[in-house]
Amino acid sequence: MTGTKIDRRDFIKITGAAGAGLTLGLYLPGCAREPAGPAERVALNAWVHIDTDGGVRLIVDRSEMGQGVATSLPMLLAEELEVPFEAVRFEFAPVDAAYVNPAVGMQGTGGSTSVRAAWEPLRRTGAAARMMLVAAAAERWGVPAAECRAEAGRVMHEATGKDAAYGELAEAAAGQPMPEEVTLKPPAEFRLVGTARSRLDTPAKTDGSAVFGIDVQREGLLVASVARCPVFGGRVASYDDAAARAVPGVRDVVQFEDRVAVIGDNYWAALQGRRALEIEWDEGENAGQSSERISAQFRQLAARPGAVARDDGNAGASIARASRRLEAAYDLPYLAHATMEPMNATADVRADRCEVWAPTQNQTGTQQFAAGIAGLAPEQVTVHTTYLGGGFGRRFELDFVSDAVNCSKAVGAPVKAVWSREDDVRHDWYRPASYHVLRAGLDADGRPVGWSHRMVVPSIVKRVFPDWFQNGIDAEAVEAAVGLPYGIPAVRVEYHDADTGVPVGFWRSVNHTQNAFVIECFMDELARAAGRDPYEYRRELLADAPRHLRVLERAASAAGWGDSPGEGRGRGIAVHESFGSFVAQVADVSIEDGRVRVQRVVCAVDCGPTVNPSIIEAQIRSAMVYGLTAALYGEITIEGGRAVQGNFHDYQMLRINEMPEVEVHIVESEDAIGGIGEVGTPPIAPAVANAVFALTGEPVRKLPIRV
Amino acid sequence: MANISFTVNGRSRTVDVPEDMPILWAVRDVIGLTGTKFGCGIAQCGACTVHLDGEPIRSCIIPVSAAAGKSITTIEGLSSDRSHPVQQAWIEEDVPQCGYCQSGQIMSAVALLAKNPDPTDDEIDAALAGNICRCGTYMRIRRAVRRAAEIG
Repeated sequence: MTGTKIDRRDFIKITGAAGAGLTLGLYLPGCAREPAGPAERVALNAWVHIDTDGGVRLIVDRSEMGQGVATSLPMLLAEELEVPFEAVRFEFAPVDAAYVNPAVGMQGTGGSTSVRAAWEPLRRTGAAARMMLVAAAAERWGVPAAECRAEAGRVMHEATGKDAAYGELAEAAAGQPMPEEVTLKPPAEFRLVGTARSRLDTPAKTDGSAVFGIDVQREGLLVASVARCPVFGGRVASYDDAAARAVPGVRDVVQFEDRVAVIGDNYWAALQGRRALEIEWDEGENAGQSSERISAQFRQLAARPGAVARDDGNAGASIARASRRLEAAYDLPYLAHATMEPMNATADVRADRCEVWAPTQNQTGTQQFAAGIAGLAPEQVTVHTTYLGGGFGRRFELDFVSDAVNCSKAVGAPVKAVWSREDDVRHDWYRPASYHVLRAGLDADGRPVGWSHRMVVPSIVKRVFPDWFQNGIDAEAVEAAVGLPYGIPAVRVEYHDADTGVPVGFWRSVNHTQNAFVIECFMDELARAAGRDPYEYRRELLADAPRHLRVLERAASAAGWGDSPGEGRGRGIAVHESFGSFVAQVADVSIEDGRVRVQRVVCAVDCGPTVNPSIIEAQIRSAMVYGLTAALYGEITIEGGRAVQGNFHDYQMLRINEMPEVEVHIVESEDAIGGIGEVGTPPIAPAVANAVFALTGEPVRKLPIRV
Repeated sequence: MANISFTVNGRSRTVDVPEDMPILWAVRDVIGLTGTKFGCGIAQCGACTVHLDGEPIRSCIIPVSAAAGKSITTIEGLSSDRSHPVQQAWIEEDVPQCGYCQSGQIMSAVALLAKNPDPTDDEIDAALAGNICRCGTYMRIRRAVRRAAEIG
């Protein structure tokens, strides 16, 4: 049993806005108590609201984009609150200091931080609310609180037989002081955490009632389609909107910043109007940019030393005097996010306030950005977070919010800006392309004695979190390379940033996908050079990395590593740590009609304590599919300063008929809790590449994999 | 602009829109049923799948004029209480993640089961290969279709 001091910051005074949110699409106007009706809503803290009729509403302060936070976070609260989970409802949080994500210092969702950051605080919050309900009951009955027990939404006092529902106690509980100290259940007593509860958002996602950003409806709502210069960084030189304005249903054409927006009664009218627009673009300095030029730029940079991110031992000398030397260079492409829901947002800008409805991962940024455009103070901007039809880091950006706010401000009406799929693919903040040169030296027994990794990776954080870019090094870009888990005595990691003019941003596990691919593929090349089995070779070198080793062994044994994968099939393995979790994957592949087909993937994950194993299984599969899609198909090429691909016919997605059988094994672990939304992505590309290597004898050094 | 009449989920509707407006936008932006989703606009992803006289179609490319006098069924029309066997199966298997593609997946599954009440995995794959799920829920989709076949 652990006694934990409560952080007073967890319990900000509930102000008006804290009660607002979206309940399955129904917007509740900003008030701590709902108007009229028999039941009143009582906020016990920023996350726990009890209705006087017994309803329990838990506030979800992270964005639900499929990863399950609208279920896992309420589970943490409900565990200590002692309410039946089936009765719980949830709402998305407004913007408030209470909801700042401590991992990133702002209210937002990313970096697989949600459950990790909430693991203790939300249980403490649930416990504190329960203690206030118990204290209220004890006071009412004139009995010691210690003699009362809370269970299934009621407080009971056994000696007197008294009992009361939370709803009856809510108002009195709100007047109780916040407990100074709470005691959390030991894990052995968990009744919710660790169980495969159904997602709270599933029903609304089976009948069309879940409200995504694109579904927001307002009285008098107009819809905008916004044209951007196809060349990155280009601007509007001039435009002729006569034909656009003649399209039935078009209401206005407005220019702001580097864009021209056509605003109409509905999306079709706006889109038709936009197609009729004649815009002269000033394409700017990127007009000549191309994948070929970027590739040459990367190679030129990689020819000279970069900023040193790790330098243990003397890798250069160790490699030089090794009995065997290996070198491989790896090319990785730009990748789009392609969330199923195209970018969109809705804004209603008024003289003294602004409302924004957005499928956003970035509430703080949305509020500040909207305020800046609207000429208002941030507190005059209300942000409603809808469901997100996928996020993957794309919805951390604010360009779609900017469209809606600018349009609404220009026309003085609520406007929903909706991107086409082509807008989405061609104006993304791409997972950066990168180039990596790896060198290693092996001793006479085939053990690596030196390892050198020089990478060229356009920096994301330089723009987004400048503090993470120091001394010429992007801390995110090098993280997994610096953290190389293998027992190699001399390791050197060098980094080059590269300015290409192509916008780059966070993407499901981002730089981990790059480093996992090159490290794990190179490991297989080392194993082959050493004449060793790639699994056994890794095991030996992971002797001091027990969590890596455990998932590696679990995946290998579950996959039957030593057995033949079957005639015409290759088997590959990879292991990677990201966001505090450890994942190993074994992939079985075949080659059919000149294409790689993945038959089976066995995953093992150690994410520390498990909150919801069903969501973990779903997320590992989901992240694996995301990485597999990229490994097999993903490539944005640049020509004439613009993205060539534009829709699902040329930027392909994995489909159900290509879906391998996937097993997910959760390794029991008492280590620190890790993230889950992204951690299944990094190992799949190298696991598949290594399987192809095993099958063909040709190492894979370029993505997407082409055979 | 033209007045075009059809039924949506059993209810008669007349919309005054350009004849080339895709059914998707008539249903979403004019009639206000937003369960049907926009994903690509070129019939590549299946998010916009609805039934036109019982046949699954990609509503993002079929003009509303093609629906004149016909019957459209959207996700909202499957049941009033999520009791359709496919909805039940989707709930029991906890299929959705982000959920954006699921209306289209469900409408494709309903159309498949109407023609083939006991599909094999290959038949499920073939019928749903036009529906992209970026969250990769495909394994649970397969399981849910099989379960719906049992319930149905």
